[in-house]
Amino acid sequence: MAASYFDVDGTLVRTNLVHPTLFYLLNQATPARTLARLGGALLRSPKLVLAELRDRRAFNEELYMLFRGMSEDRLHALADEVVDKVLRPAIYPGSRDLIRRCKDLGHAVVICSGALDFLMVPLARELGADEVIANRLEFHDRIASGRMIPPVVAGPTKALLIREHARRNGHDLDASFAYSDSYSDVPMLSVVGHPSAVNPDAALERLAHAHRWPVVHLDRTP
Amino acid sequence: MTHPCVVTLDRKSAPRVLFAGNRLIEVDLPAGTRVIYPKPPLEGLRDPDAAIRYAINHPYNREPLYALLRPGMKVVIAMDDISLPLPPMKRPDVRERVLTIVLQLLADHGVDDFEMIIATSVHRKMTGPEVRHIVGDRIFDAYWPRRLYNHDAEDLDNMAFVGETDLGERVVLNKKAVEADLVIYVNLNLVPMDGGHKSVAVGLCGYESLKPHHNPKVMRKCHSYMDPKTSELNTIVERMGKVTNKVLKVFTIETTVNNRMFDRALSFLHKNEDDWSGNERLAFKGMQFALDRTPDSARQKIFERVPSPFELTGVFAGETEAAHVHTLKRCFEQYCVPVEGQADILISGIPYVSPYNVNAFLNPLLVQVMAQGYLFNMYRGQPLVKKGGTIIITHPCTDRFDHAQHAPYVEFVHRLLPETRDAMELHKRFENEFAQHPAYLQMYRRGNAYHPVHAFFMWYWGEAGRQHVGRVIVVGADNAYIPQVLGYETARSMHEAIEMAKDTAPQSPQITCMHLPPIVMADMVMPRSPGVAT
Repeated sequence: MAASYFDVDGTLVRTNLVHPTLFYLLNQATPARTLARLGGALLRSPKLVLAELRDRRAFNEELYMLFRGMSEDRLHALADEVVDKVLRPAIYPGSRDLIRRCKDLGHAVVICSGALDFLMVPLARELGADEVIANRLEFHDRIASGRMIPPVVAGPTKALLIREHARRNGHDLDASFAYSDSYSDVPMLSVVGHPSAVNPDAALERLAHAHRWPVVHLDRTP
Repeated sequence: MTHPCVVTLDRKSAPRVLFAGNRLIEVDLPAGTRVIYPKPPLEGLRDPDAAIRYAINHPYNREPLYALLRPGMKVVIAMDDISLPLPPMKRPDVRERVLTIVLQLLADHGVDDFEMIIATSVHRKMTGPEVRHIVGDRIFDAYWPRRLYNHDAEDLDNMAFVGETDLGERVVLNKKAVEADLVIYVNLNLVPMDGGHKSVAVGLCGYESLKPHHNPKVMRKCHSYMDPKTSELNTIVERMGKVTNKVLKVFTIETTVNNRMFDRALSFLHKNEDDWSGNERLAFKGMQFALDRTPDSARQKIFERVPSPFELTGVFAGETEAAHVHTLKRCFEQYCVPVEGQADILISGIPYVSPYNVNAFLNPLLVQVMAQGYLFNMYRGQPLVKKGGTIIITHPCTDRFDHAQHAPYVEFVHRLLPETRDAMELHKRFENEFAQHPAYLQMYRRGNAYHPVHAFFMWYWGEAGRQHVGRVIVVGADNAYIPQVLGYETARSMHEAIEMAKDTAPQSPQITCMHLPPIVMADMVMPRSPGVAT
């Protein structure tokens, strides 16, 4: 049996990790807290830029530090709203059709994203995906520490996690598909027999052309 | 007496000029070689717009178009895509002329609920600029993309079941057309396999309705697919078309063009090289010099940017079959050259363009389509080349594909063909996998890629030729791998290719060169037996 593995940000939705994070920062319990959170984020922004230049994992780690001190209840309570207001409107026109066709083939559809699990689970439900591999925040006494529970889902680790997932569930990786928009996901794309570049960045598009992988534009209406 | 378009070479004959992709090469052919040239272009209609108006007011076996119109009705206007004509014609395209008149007629009769669909079937979707080219600025600006758009064979919610033939072939077509009160089809009939029932029943269908006729079994029974009477493909399409026309009210407007592919400056490419004037020879040498020194991609662009000055030679409207009879007659009149006796060795250049690579590179799979598909099938009666004979083609066979248009072809050529070239096996083992490939389907739906099954259809297109021809030898291939994958042999020169072909030919083989483009069809006549009075 085969599976289809999907990156999310930029692949199935036009938003990236920053958008839901901003939603949380802007929706604190009081305006004063919101202001404080935004100020903190502003101070951290140079670090975020540098981390993004270094690698995706470093960026994720820096970004999720902005959640430090938020309660687990609040993060979960707002998750459906984030999906409603931020993620659902950002789903690309072709995403649902692509996922439906994967399911028609009998594939297990698996979200593999560096985003946070409590956002990816409702989004997966919305898109009709079966399973989620996503980052998990560490909580102490139900308060986010800002760190992630290893393994951090990003870059080469995605490939490792997909291999493990396939082995655990009996999926034939040679017959499986993977979809991503980003050059940082080349490892994930490389472990399956049928990789596809979706709305690719310039580097991935060049690579896809060199390897003659399909290049799909889900952002276009038919 | 032989037809003036059939020339037999002697020792003094000039070299023949053949296309080899986007280059022109000169080849010396042995004395006694028979060269078949295209007929001169038929004279174009002096007043095309008047001819269009006359045809739709005097249709065959149908009321005039104006009599079918009433205010408030739903009309779908469907039209052929950019695969016709080849290369794309100079503006105004025939479709622009017809649409302009039809839209005016609709407006005059209070019909404002209409949509225009480009009947691409599983061909790639046309880009905006390509649509603008065929419909003209005014229509494009007014209707694209809301009321003028490409058919989407994978938009399954917008496909509707029409009916089933007695043999169980299901007709599923674009729902807009099925639900319309009237479907007006604007056709451009380049070759005899176009038009007729193929326009609606194929142009607006999806994979399900292509399967009954686009398969290797059917293609093996086409003798040829350029002769509808002996084409199993056409028989099935007609059957499905009749079912279509029982449910849909179709008014067909078919048009034919002449074969004026090259503008005046290059019109010598139509002619016997022995008849070229000094200036024409000089023009050719200059062109060849320039092309040889131009980078490959730029050479391709040069050819792509030169539209052809085709002229309208006929407009035939009305009920599908009644109109199509006249279209076919005009097509054969332009293309058919009587040829007596089959060849042991058939030689032809393969040009840079096919119906499936407009504005893209002619990739290896399409080289195969041109050689064993179109070239082989350009006959009426019996194949130009004998059973087990050899075809020699000139083409570089470069391992290059247009990624946006032909992504599925890459996998077909590089993964499937090395496993098997057997069309039946490819059909049974792999076609379904490609037909459901999620990424390729999205490339077809949201980009400008051919549907993934189209790669298979392209291989089947060469199936009758593969079954009939013994060998294919390529002259001028820039690599050995692609010819090998396609099942072809390679030769460094035409002389070497002919010597190779002679190894499996009878003594003193009959060698024929098909000098195209422009399009020419061999109307085969059996040789007269000696001593029999005729």
